[in-house]
Amino acid sequence: MDAAPTPAFVERRTWLGRLWQAKSLRRFRRNPLAIVGLIIVLGFVVIATIAPLVTPLGRSCIRDLGLTAATAEAYRDVRHPSFWQLMFRTPDSCYRMPRVGFSPIPQNAEASGTRLGTTSQGYDIYYGLMWGARTAFRIGVLVVGIGLTVGILVGATAAYLGGWVDNLLMRFTDMVIAVPALVLALVIVMVLGNSIVNLMIAIAAVAWPSYARLVRGEVLRIKQLEYVTGAQAMGRRSFGIVFRHILPNAIGPVLIVASLDIGSIVLTAAALSFLGLGPELGYTDWGQMISFARNWILGPPGQPLAYWYTSFWPGLIIVLFVLGWNLLGDAFRDVLDVRGHV
Amino acid sequence: MFVFVIRRLLMLPIVFFGVTIIIVLLMQLLTPAQRAAAYVRSENQANQIPEIIRLYRLDEPWYVQYGLWLGRMARGDFGYSRTTNEPVLTTLRKRLPTTAELALLAILPVVGVGIWLGTAAALNRDGVVDQVVRVMSIVGWSLPTFVLGIWLLVIFYGLLGWFQPGRISTAFAIEMASGGFTTYTGFMVLDALLNRRLDIALDAVRHLVLPVVTLATVQSAQIMRVMRSSLLDALSEDYVRTARAKGLPTNVVNRKHARRNALIPVITLSGFVLIGLINGVVITETIFNYPGLGQWAARAALNLDYASVLGFAVFAAVAVVLANLLVDVLYGIVDPRIRYG
Repeated sequence: MDAAPTPAFVERRTWLGRLWQAKSLRRFRRNPLAIVGLIIVLGFVVIATIAPLVTPLGRSCIRDLGLTAATAEAYRDVRHPSFWQLMFRTPDSCYRMPRVGFSPIPQNAEASGTRLGTTSQGYDIYYGLMWGARTAFRIGVLVVGIGLTVGILVGATAAYLGGWVDNLLMRFTDMVIAVPALVLALVIVMVLGNSIVNLMIAIAAVAWPSYARLVRGEVLRIKQLEYVTGAQAMGRRSFGIVFRHILPNAIGPVLIVASLDIGSIVLTAAALSFLGLGPELGYTDWGQMISFARNWILGPPGQPLAYWYTSFWPGLIIVLFVLGWNLLGDAFRDVLDVRGHV
Repeated sequence: MFVFVIRRLLMLPIVFFGVTIIIVLLMQLLTPAQRAAAYVRSENQANQIPEIIRLYRLDEPWYVQYGLWLGRMARGDFGYSRTTNEPVLTTLRKRLPTTAELALLAILPVVGVGIWLGTAAALNRDGVVDQVVRVMSIVGWSLPTFVLGIWLLVIFYGLLGWFQPGRISTAFAIEMASGGFTTYTGFMVLDALLNRRLDIALDAVRHLVLPVVTLATVQSAQIMRVMRSSLLDALSEDYVRTARAKGLPTNVVNRKHARRNALIPVITLSGFVLIGLINGVVITETIFNYPGLGQWAARAALNLDYASVLGFAVFAAVAVVLANLLVDVLYGIVDPRIRYG
């Protein structure tokens, strides 16, 4: 469409710039909703990254960073080792919401001295929201990782070996899909017990079948290509062919689809957590914060909206998170589809 | 068609066995004593756990246990629900109409509003209606059930006091429990009308409004989106142009040529909508304290009441298979090109 650019012009572009100009992303760039989605998701990435620096850390978190009351602010210094520990090897205690008192009644921002108030039991809402973004990405990325690994192994094995192995694996996949995700995850968390790790295992256990189907389809398609026949003729072993020749070419679309699932995965996690089947009490987790709000729908007589902040803020942040991923996912599926048609 | 339905019904036991095997395998992660809890009926039995393990042979290999479990299920022994203090099968039977009432009422707006607004948006492409519907569908699609439910409660219960959680007001519940009210179907609204109690029926409807809206919002947003895009695709087809060129009135072309073809992806989606409804029922009933199967399952999972959760999971799997069967039959009705050989 455009006139051929001069070589000097091309060279000045970075790889990111070239990616942005790529033909397949043109539709994406022209879709304002997709840009909004991208901005929201990037915003959450920023929140998750800087959460430790913009929230008042709890006492046990400071202690686990090896800091004392005198050096409590040292983690803000990039040169101090505790900064890097907080960023990348975060102690588990930092994922607990600090408590401002132990009152069962929520307190608003002024009364509690926190930015957005406290939910029941004195948990700091602002802290929970910020660190909740970290929890969300941790859940999303790890679950996608586990689900993808299982999905790729099952899907590639089924497609490459074919025959009864394919039949057996795919019928098993169908059965897992046949059970509503939340119900199966409910059974798994119940059997394994409440914890963030078990929550992730449960969600990965319901997420892998769709990846397995996708991988199988892609592998079946690529298996037909000449270069695979070539590799077979050269006498490569089956698994070598699958992992060295087929999968690297099959994995692109699967990776994109899977990473776009982060929104719905976090949503499932929040839903389970809302039902009480998530991480332990006090964990920075949006679903749990919403479930705290359940008991504070009615205010004291005469002040119907007295505790609005307990349900408004966690709800808003979940909606924004899901909205961002939905917009992004929608646009990317468009882009992928276009490629599929051409 | 008939042969096809029969064949799909034969798939039902296969899926049933698959799902139950998955569940029984999961149960092997528990100790025999924990599995025995499914058959404990009262605290007095706590010291009889070794006997229960022996009686139900819970320490045998999983396939033996699976066979025994199937046998007990066939005899109607799903275990004992500690959450409701009655056999699991009784609870399933009692609460099924309650949940069905909610789900059926939610399906109406999902399908009706979804198809109607999706059609309106596609026919007014880029017009005001289209923009409004698109924003509605994106927002509705991103509203998680539990957030929407809580927000609706804060506004319509906390602030305005129009609707209450629960299924029926306490005064009516006491009156119904004290006799004089016959339960015909288990559907509260219908039963109240059959009992000629308009006041009870209206009260039941008032309790159903918020859960139905909560349950329907996400799903109808999905239908709206798919209906809009597939109708837009259909409207750009050659046969639509041909039909217009023949001089057929626009609304006949839209209705008979375009919309009918556009419905096929929507029907595919409605299978997923049903799965979504089952997931949604668990959360919605919990939020609104609506005494259905979903609330029971969620409470049971918190109580580590294995028998109840398994009963619900089996029920959910069967419901999904039946729903998919219904979807396949609908395909045949909407699209005569699909033959079931």
